Amino acid sequence: MLAKRIIPCLDVRDGKVVKGVNFVGIKEVGDPVQCAIDYDRQGADEITFLDITATHEGRSTMIDVVRNTAKNVFVPLTVGGGIRTVDDFRELLRAGADKISVNSAAVRNPQLISEAADKFGSQCVVVAIDARRKAEGGFTVVVNGGRIDMQMDAIEWAKECERRGAGEILLTSMDTDGCKQGFDLELTDAISKVVNIPVIASGGCGNLDHFSEVFEKTGADAALAASLFHFKELTVQQVKEHLRNKNIPVRR
Amino acid sequence: MIHIIDYGAGNLFSVQNALNYLQIENKITANPAELAEADGIILPGVGAFRDAMTMLNESGFTEAIKEQAAAGKPILGICLGMQMLFEKGYEFGETDGLGLIPGKVVLIDGGGLKIPHMGWNDLNVLHDCPLSADIADGDYVYYVHSYRADTDDAYISCYTMYNEKIPGLVYCDNVYGAQFHPEKSGQVGMNILKNFAKLVRT
Repeated sequence: MLAKRIIPCLDVRDGKVVKGVNFVGIKEVGDPVQCAIDYDRQGADEITFLDITATHEGRSTMIDVVRNTAKNVFVPLTVGGGIRTVDDFRELLRAGADKISVNSAAVRNPQLISEAADKFGSQCVVVAIDARRKAEGGFTVVVNGGRIDMQMDAIEWAKECERRGAGEILLTSMDTDGCKQGFDLELTDAISKVVNIPVIASGGCGNLDHFSEVFEKTGADAALAASLFHFKELTVQQVKEHLRNKNIPVRR
Repeated sequence: MIHIIDYGAGNLFSVQNALNYLQIENKITANPAELAEADGIILPGVGAFRDAMTMLNESGFTEAIKEQAAAGKPILGICLGMQMLFEKGYEFGETDGLGLIPGKVVLIDGGGLKIPHMGWNDLNVLHDCPLSADIADGDYVYYVHSYRADTDDAYISCYTMYNEKIPGLVYCDNVYGAQFHPEKSGQVGMNILKNFAKLVRT
């Protein structure tokens, strides 16, 4: 039976893993390659790097991080953050990434999804959708960390991503992200019902029950978390053990 | 020395990274004539059956691979590389494969499950083969594919259930194929590559 995947995410800036602490600034927490190796040993089913670098130098540092990780970690590796062109895809895939996630560039230029899927195959095209609840109901697509509302219906956008050849959707709820009160079950379920590609739930996970809940109550195929694993509040092993006890299929 | 075939399509670097990590001697080969010097051959692949076979045919690899297989060299096809070991593929019309393992490659009938079959799924061991030495029932491997081999059980070492039976690890004499990605399947996958290397050395 296809296993539900647990995906730790590492935010990387200028070649270092960083994490906001208590919403007061960003703290460096380590070497991304070593962090990825540790997650691999814990049983992570996949590893995601989110490049939050803004500078050109930081970009080439990221390529090195991907290259060194790919030499030491033998589970799928996803890289996202600032991907704008098919050439960005090529460069990261050549460095050893297995999947590339695109967010705002895809929203602004949906053609990028189709072009990348044509060139490299749908299996490596992950579209990251950041969604927020609308006062009148439904969900809207936001970009730039939630600062810009694109006035697009998130459910319609997810369908279009699939139609254009996306292989997976990484779905983050801007309402639950950082709150540790659990994934946005309603959003996750709504999106996973309308697409026939895997949906990765992200944003809001704070404890073991939140993981089992998202798999029991929605059609999510995977769950992604960052701080929870960074700050060693939980290990991937603990999450999997919990899921196994709940009879949710996970890789051992 | 294991040669990894570079015919313009594939996850060569991932395969090479895994072999390097395991300290298994290897090189990437874009010249079919060099296969004569290889002790073992890996045929990777990502993409569509028809396009990849066209590239193998035009680059001269088709004949070279068949010659080396007939000479008894261990060959391992991965993902699309495994599919091309069969006689025929049906992705975008009927296409001749390498014909090293009896059978054909057809679209998965997901019966409502998502296609592509993507992610970690568990193996069932049907027949032991040198590559499956460390595999136990229930071990997980990483798949990404929409087509599957349709072949006699005699050639299936391990399979996965995904609505229907998906041959995961196949073999016929000195020719092996993995539908999943051993280079992305953690320890289980690494053991398969190690076992392939042992076959090459002995």
